[in-house]
Amino acid sequence: MEHLYEILKHVDGFIYPNEIELQWGILIILYPYITGLVAGAFILASLERVFKIKVLRPTYHLALLTALAFLIVAGLPLVSHLGHPFRSYEILTTPQLGSAMAIFGFVYLWYLMVVLLLEIWFDYRYDLVIWSNESKGIKRRIYKILTLGVTDISPKALAWDKKLGYIITVIGIPSAFLLHGYVGFIFGSIKANPWWSTVLMPVIFLLSAMVSGIALVMFLYMVVSWIRKVKIDMACLDEIGKFLFMVLILDFTLESLDQVHRIYEAEESFEILHMLVTGKLTYTLFIFQGLMGTIIPLLTLGFFRMYLPKEKLRKPIYFLVSCLVLFGVFFMRWNVVIGGQLFSKSFLGFTSFKLGMVGLEGFWMALVWMIMPFLILSFILWLLPPWKKHSEETV
Amino acid sequence: MGTKRMNASRRNFLKKSAALAGTILATSALAPFNAIIFAAGEPEDKTKIWYGIGIDIEKCIGCGMCAKACKSENNVPKEPFYYRSWVEQYTIKNDGSINVVSPNGGIDGFTQTVPEEELFKTFFVPKMCNHCAKSPCTQVCPVGATFESPEGITLVDKEYCIGCAYCIQACPYGCRYLHPVTKTADKCTLCYHRITKGLKPACVEVCPTGARIYGDLNDKEGELHKFLKEHNCQVLKPNLNTGSKLFYNGLSAEVR
Repeated sequence: MEHLYEILKHVDGFIYPNEIELQWGILIILYPYITGLVAGAFILASLERVFKIKVLRPTYHLALLTALAFLIVAGLPLVSHLGHPFRSYEILTTPQLGSAMAIFGFVYLWYLMVVLLLEIWFDYRYDLVIWSNESKGIKRRIYKILTLGVTDISPKALAWDKKLGYIITVIGIPSAFLLHGYVGFIFGSIKANPWWSTVLMPVIFLLSAMVSGIALVMFLYMVVSWIRKVKIDMACLDEIGKFLFMVLILDFTLESLDQVHRIYEAEESFEILHMLVTGKLTYTLFIFQGLMGTIIPLLTLGFFRMYLPKEKLRKPIYFLVSCLVLFGVFFMRWNVVIGGQLFSKSFLGFTSFKLGMVGLEGFWMALVWMIMPFLILSFILWLLPPWKKHSEETV
Repeated sequence: MGTKRMNASRRNFLKKSAALAGTILATSALAPFNAIIFAAGEPEDKTKIWYGIGIDIEKCIGCGMCAKACKSENNVPKEPFYYRSWVEQYTIKNDGSINVVSPNGGIDGFTQTVPEEELFKTFFVPKMCNHCAKSPCTQVCPVGATFESPEGITLVDKEYCIGCAYCIQACPYGCRYLHPVTKTADKCTLCYHRITKGLKPACVEVCPTGARIYGDLNDKEGELHKFLKEHNCQVLKPNLNTGSKLFYNGLSAEVR
């Protein structure tokens, strides 16, 4: 409890005495961040499938598998943050349906089981059958299990795979919107907290999710190509850049609208929120999220709409832009989650937050949660390499 | 058959009309303080006990006995980060600046550091759970571990709480904390274990000036009703429509 005594010394003004400790720390920042990456990556994948943007084909499977890898991890920081993680099943067995949080388990399972796993399975079923015949040892056994015993690869069956996969992708788009819009609602519906309570929160969360997911796929596509030593499809990269630019504009516009609206209405909470953004959130909001995560990528991608530099220069710039966007969106989550708890609900003062290095809520643990989806993705890419798919040529 | 049905519907119509007329009549009789009653929402059963609390700021001397008694009675952790009940000291200076303090929740009492000639006004505000009729904290609990008792008291089942802290975020009054030992949400129970045995809540019991009262909002002859009728009472943050059942007499506009 020493850290609380330390924080007590750094309280500015007056806060309710129960408000010294921040209830939600780095793990709750990771939860919307990772969930957003899932939703964004999936929406990028569906652009290819549903909206037939063929130039994005090289990233279609990568985006889907990325969504899966990150979704497997998405709920874990949340559960591990609970005071009683082993009671988390109660959310599924006895949900209190009036609670925004109660629906999380169902939305999560729907998205994982019905949307992502099914879509990937239909997409890979043909390959799984072929690979289970071609491979040896344990890999052969895994592929066999993954086919779930459905080994019919007649053209008729494959046509059905395609059709069902398409239907699931179509269902998947509103599901992805639901998944992340809903996460925004968890914050946006808290009327006690003026920093969170805005009807725009679900929309802002959704758009920033798309921004981050698209940036993640851009980043991963380049990294995976470099590791595999294959040529990056620049047309595809440019197209991703174009979408990233479009969604960034929307995201930036809506987030700005939210702030302009707050400033113009200047309600009871205005003074304390003004002090919050110009004080404790200066770096994370204006520099990290605003300048680095939004303005620089926007200007760069906007410039690319007018003039495309040579490939040699474009590649590292795209890489840098994707990193900046991922960095910026992380701090968008930070500003929401941490920012919303720094000021007192008495609107008369601030507590403070210092990210510890060790412990379940510390930096190192957060890093572990953040690295985990990349490890899972590496495994999935090894097991289900999109570049070794047969169906590309045959179907 | 047709006649019977028509009769039945006529009877229903008469019944409903009578009920409506009765309600209007009863509501108009409540006119002097109906705003408060409606602000607190409606009790599920008007024939049963439905608790509310009254705090008279004009009587509070800031001794902090209530906050101290609450900690002892309910085994609230002694560290200065956990309170089911606390007292705030508001000091408004002549220049208009507001200074609010609550050192150790007011348990050790207060000192006034502002010189008398600079003082515009100063007063104490005891705080505790508002036992809202439309409580945001019970609304957000994902598993229903926090709930409103039939007597209108917001409670937490610590055997069922998962410790997500969503309710702590949702309480506009800062009345909840995560218990460092049980790792579950904790808050004022209005000393449920005492009042169900006919005893007063600890904070009410020890208040030397009688600044705190509690009682049945359905009891039109009760002490709380008398308090509400005789004073101009106000709830905290009425704009949030939480249906707070903690009524303050003499609540200054500066208090949040």
